[in-house]
Amino acid sequence: MNEVVSSSFAFPPGLILVLGAFLIPFLKGILRPILLIGLPILALTLVWTLPEGNSVSLPFLDYALSPVHSNPEGRLFATIFLIMAMVGGLYAWKQANTLELTAAFIYAGSAVGVTFAGDLITLFIFWEIMALGSTAVVWAAGTEAAYRASMRYLLVHFLGGVILMAGITAHVMATGDITFTSMKPDSIGKVLILIGFLINAGAPPFSAWIADTYPEASPSGTVFLSAFTTKTAVFALLVGFPGAEILIPIGLYMVFYGIIYALLENDMRRILAYSIVNQVGFMVVAIGIGTSLSLNGASAHAFAHIIYKALLLMSAGSVLMMTGKRKCTDLGGLFQSMPQTALYGIIGALAISAVPFTSGFVTKSLETSAAAYEGMVIVWLMLMAASAGVFLHAGIKFPWFVFFQKDSGLRPPEPPVNMRAAMAIFSFLCIFIGIFPNLLYEILPYPLDYEPYTAGHLVTQFQVLLFAGFAFFALLPLMKRTLTVTLDFDWFYRRFLSVIGTEFSIHTGNFVKKTTDSLLKRLQLLFEKLHMQNGPHGILGNTSPSSSMVLWVAVILVTSLLLYYF
Amino acid sequence: MSEKKHWFYRKENLPKLWMIQIGILILAVLPEFFIKHEQHLPGSGFTLDTTFGFFAWYGFLTCTAMVICAKFLGIFLKRKDTYYDE
Repeated sequence: MNEVVSSSFAFPPGLILVLGAFLIPFLKGILRPILLIGLPILALTLVWTLPEGNSVSLPFLDYALSPVHSNPEGRLFATIFLIMAMVGGLYAWKQANTLELTAAFIYAGSAVGVTFAGDLITLFIFWEIMALGSTAVVWAAGTEAAYRASMRYLLVHFLGGVILMAGITAHVMATGDITFTSMKPDSIGKVLILIGFLINAGAPPFSAWIADTYPEASPSGTVFLSAFTTKTAVFALLVGFPGAEILIPIGLYMVFYGIIYALLENDMRRILAYSIVNQVGFMVVAIGIGTSLSLNGASAHAFAHIIYKALLLMSAGSVLMMTGKRKCTDLGGLFQSMPQTALYGIIGALAISAVPFTSGFVTKSLETSAAAYEGMVIVWLMLMAASAGVFLHAGIKFPWFVFFQKDSGLRPPEPPVNMRAAMAIFSFLCIFIGIFPNLLYEILPYPLDYEPYTAGHLVTQFQVLLFAGFAFFALLPLMKRTLTVTLDFDWFYRRFLSVIGTEFSIHTGNFVKKTTDSLLKRLQLLFEKLHMQNGPHGILGNTSPSSSMVLWVAVILVTSLLLYYF
Repeated sequence: MSEKKHWFYRKENLPKLWMIQIGILILAVLPEFFIKHEQHLPGSGFTLDTTFGFFAWYGFLTCTAMVICAKFLGIFLKRKDTYYDE
């Protein structure tokens, strides 16, 4: 166990949001936004004033929990989670219902709790609170589709939770150590822990839950959801399994899975949900490479990604709220009446595509460079192709089909001012980080000496992206949107298992009916027999008239009299 | 709709939009004549990235491949969007 550092005020920063969230239902009017912004600021202050290492040690069974463990990775992820909670709170403030806001803050707080977990038990507790909080965020949308999606979501996350718990138990039994620190997947326990983390990251085969569930939440709910679960998993992998080589192929699969499925998708928020898997794939590859540059890259990319993905979903959420439509086939031409929302959406799209002078450019290039420096030709070529693919499936596809494309004739107004303010803040951050990357580089886990703005890098990046864009417009006829969904692994639990389940219940139903029927028949026969012998007319059960009794007594008396005489 | 179509949607402007795009693409390739690319993976023997316009054609071709791949998989994986609603 690490040394415990004494601190004047050592409190898990995540709990400030988790506990503070319960005040949200009681505050109305202007007090509520003050709380929504105040809680993250309070927690942020704590994040940056807590001393490095363990500040608290709590005895639990035979172990000592360290719920306040500060390290550079944790601080970085906690910071972006709290910024997200704050700006997301601003976006959701007036439109989201109380349940959603409360759940979102519990959710955000538990994600921060994971980043300050010094041991696996604390990590697991916050991990599960996160699953419940996020399910409640989906629920809060209040539709039948959201309810059903949230149940499927819970199913996947409870499975992940059980695997994680089994892994932690096996690991602790084998080593007696609960510290959450860098591991190698070389024992059953650690492999199960790795799988538990990967399920939350959207790794195969469980990638479908992201695109299945997130787009069913409310416009603001999806924004919260996009930020925390997958990025907490990235954090856990970053701290727990840096350099685990298996992560490289898994990440590459996720990168291309996201692109292909997003290309086939018609629902604008589902396009962006697939793109989460794609982006997390980049981070998973970088964690698998495991050098200090690649780990910095994964951290920085996660930081930038939360901002631009939230921005994209805020812009999509605004469109959904103002038009009530979510399919590309119904949308188009919205730039005419929603120019601000379109502009913010485009900034988010440029950032996710890593266009120079945006946050994506200065962060994602750390990851591709890390692959290049390690001499991984195939990985580098695939990441370069994937970078072009990001522009294709998210960078152009989303803004093109929603804001341009054909003129759908829709002329919705801009969303309310608090939603626009939230988008403006995140748009500013996308560009600000792109122009001043060193501010972000300085808080990365490892010292970094990297210059993203070289002539060669600018030229090559512009070429890749512009020609990817050219491919998009040249192949536009192939991209025609259709009213379809794309089958995925979730088919197994949404269709296959449900059909099997129905078949099973029909067959077992028949069996049960048959056996109970024959049992009942036998019982009936038995009772009939008993009735025949012991019933009112049965040989054993019928009542005899008292006259026959008198006759028999008379017979006995006569017999005894006769015996007496002889 | 009575209002006039936005210039972006008028048929006669389509060639102009294409010209603008092709102009931008040419601008993007122009620096190839002036800068010498360094190897991205030093010491790996991989030198294709130093050749003329590598990133341009690589970006275009990989994207085309991904679109075609998606189209192909779509044949097997696409279902009506009410598929799960029954």
